[in-house]
Amino acid sequence: MDRNQIVQPENIVCKKPTLLNDNNMHYCPGCSHGVVHKLIAEVIEEMGMEEKAVGVSPVGCAVFAYNYIDIDWQEAAHGRAPAIATGIKRCWPDRLVFTYQGDGDLACIGTCETIHALNRGENIVIIFVNNAIYGMTGGQMAPTTLIGQKTSTCPYGRDPQLHGYPLKMADIAAGLEGTCYVTRQSVETVGAILKAKKALKKAFQASMDGKGSSLVEFVSTCNSGWKLTPAKANEWMKENMFPFYPKGDLKDTTGLK
Amino acid sequence: MAEEREVVLMKGNEAIAHAAIRCGCDGYFGYPITPQSEVIETLAELKPWETTGMKVVQAESELASIYMVYGAAGAGKRAMTSSSSPGIALMQEGITYMAGAEVPGVFVNVQRGGPGLGTIQPSQGDYFQATRGGGNGDYKVIVLAPSSVQEMADFVDLAFELAFKYRNPAMILSDGVIGQMMEKVVLPPFKPRRTDEEVIAQCPWASTGKPKNRERVVITSLELKPEIMEQRNIALQEKYAKIQENEVRFEEQLMDDAEYAIVAFGSAARIAEKSVELARQEGIKVGLFRPITLFPFPIKQITALSKKVKGILVAEINAGQMVQDVRLAVNGSVPVEQFGRLGGIVPDPEEIVNALKKVM
Amino acid sequence: MKGAIVVDTERCKGCQLCIIACPQKVIALANKVNLHGYPYVEAVNEESCVGCASCGIVCPDGCITVYRKKMEE
Repeated sequence: MDRNQIVQPENIVCKKPTLLNDNNMHYCPGCSHGVVHKLIAEVIEEMGMEEKAVGVSPVGCAVFAYNYIDIDWQEAAHGRAPAIATGIKRCWPDRLVFTYQGDGDLACIGTCETIHALNRGENIVIIFVNNAIYGMTGGQMAPTTLIGQKTSTCPYGRDPQLHGYPLKMADIAAGLEGTCYVTRQSVETVGAILKAKKALKKAFQASMDGKGSSLVEFVSTCNSGWKLTPAKANEWMKENMFPFYPKGDLKDTTGLK
Repeated sequence: MAEEREVVLMKGNEAIAHAAIRCGCDGYFGYPITPQSEVIETLAELKPWETTGMKVVQAESELASIYMVYGAAGAGKRAMTSSSSPGIALMQEGITYMAGAEVPGVFVNVQRGGPGLGTIQPSQGDYFQATRGGGNGDYKVIVLAPSSVQEMADFVDLAFELAFKYRNPAMILSDGVIGQMMEKVVLPPFKPRRTDEEVIAQCPWASTGKPKNRERVVITSLELKPEIMEQRNIALQEKYAKIQENEVRFEEQLMDDAEYAIVAFGSAARIAEKSVELARQEGIKVGLFRPITLFPFPIKQITALSKKVKGILVAEINAGQMVQDVRLAVNGSVPVEQFGRLGGIVPDPEEIVNALKKVM
Repeated sequence: MKGAIVVDTERCKGCQLCIIACPQKVIALANKVNLHGYPYVEAVNEESCVGCASCGIVCPDGCITVYRKKMEE
């Protein structure tokens, strides 16, 4: 069998989702953002919600998320995405509304908006890409930076006496009345990606079913900020991030499979 | 004993950090934003909490930053923050609170292009925000406009001095050019932080803890009785009039025989220095007037200048902001034109010369 | 099953995560760069490809289209 027989449209088993357009994404090579974008595009397509989805993008590396997924977006001020998403969903209850935020956006400047939107039980999905660093502004400490981890504003390693402790937003979210689904996923292996996609779909479906708010955290890498290759960054994440931010469902009252 | 003088090469942003430590600053509370993140990064690396005892806190937002400054400064301590245009927009509420409560906080704006999220490239588009105030109510902030790394270093102590002298928030209005460029700077000598006793003695208005011999202090901008609130506002206006009378700062270059004047501040003034040189080479008798304080604005000086020249060009990197204050001072006696670039573009000296020729 | 991959070389950033994910050692970094200056990957051992799509699934930029056809006896 020669290659031409294999490379035929009917034999495609994996391709870039149509909803992820042809613009080259600006993220660093190996960045977890790209995979998460792909999953969002795939799930919206599979749910048939392309014409009814509205995303809210953050300030952070994913500020240009609206350039890559072919749905309607709003760009939020830093940390304010959950408030904007609330306004959209309250006025358009039949839309699929989600935010896409990094650790600075969601867990630092936007903690207030995050917690309050989740706790009001807004029927939105908050997507949280957690790589324990501020990537876009050059690698400063984030509220999720680990103890001992070095960044440009804790160059000698995060020290609780000076910098306080890392924040586990998913745990906080799981304790809020308004949330129906809180989960931690990752996207560095095929197995993890397949689980992550299922989790994302459950969250989106729960929001359309009016079950309340969801937080889907993606424990991620930032190879530029961590100053590691993409492969080494995945290793570092497994050794250091996963023990502190354990994966799995922290809360699930959706009743969905 | 010889005064300690160190000459180093550094960025404007770095100079702010070094100068803060050296002038006895008690606390820096800030948030990263391009193009000024070097301020907090430099402070974090220098670890002043181990040397002078100065605290450095990375807050969760500009909102939190400005309110941390409010708290520390309301208790009589030298507290500051820094940010760039969109972050300063966010701080406006905290700034008006400081003005209303007469809290001597200091903040630095390393301007970038706007409006909104804008760009990370430099601009001078926040002149209105700085001098007219983006917060609510009738208030003024003391505004210093450095045009060199040396002035970035010098103005930190000056900002604190003025802030405490008048119990008023003070800002250093810089921009992405000055913040990012590297120049030689003579760093100010180390001045120790005031002791707690000195703070209590010098700031009886501050919430330092109520001793038996005075009434309690409440740091607030709230007053519900309109008769009293009017008096408080009148007092603020009188304070601003005093600042206008006593604290104007400016610089003139080649104005003695000038037939035309370029008025510019900050990085635009640095560029305009070259424009003046180029124009003079063509035989044009032009001089440069550089306001250093934007509030208080050098009104009297510009009025006097307008009686000597045939025309004025205001060169600023925005759509026309300081030109309004110049026109007010000139009051129609000579033509005043404005030249600016927008969106993060920094003009060339030649562009300013060409604009000057249109005034002539 | 026999597989084959088509790489969008202008999207590829040479992060090499596909190389690590591939169980069949099909992919390697080419000795070339694309228009953006990134080195990109190519199939160097496509005879071993079984079309598992691990590469396409882990790729952060959606560069890889994976084909699979059942081998006829």
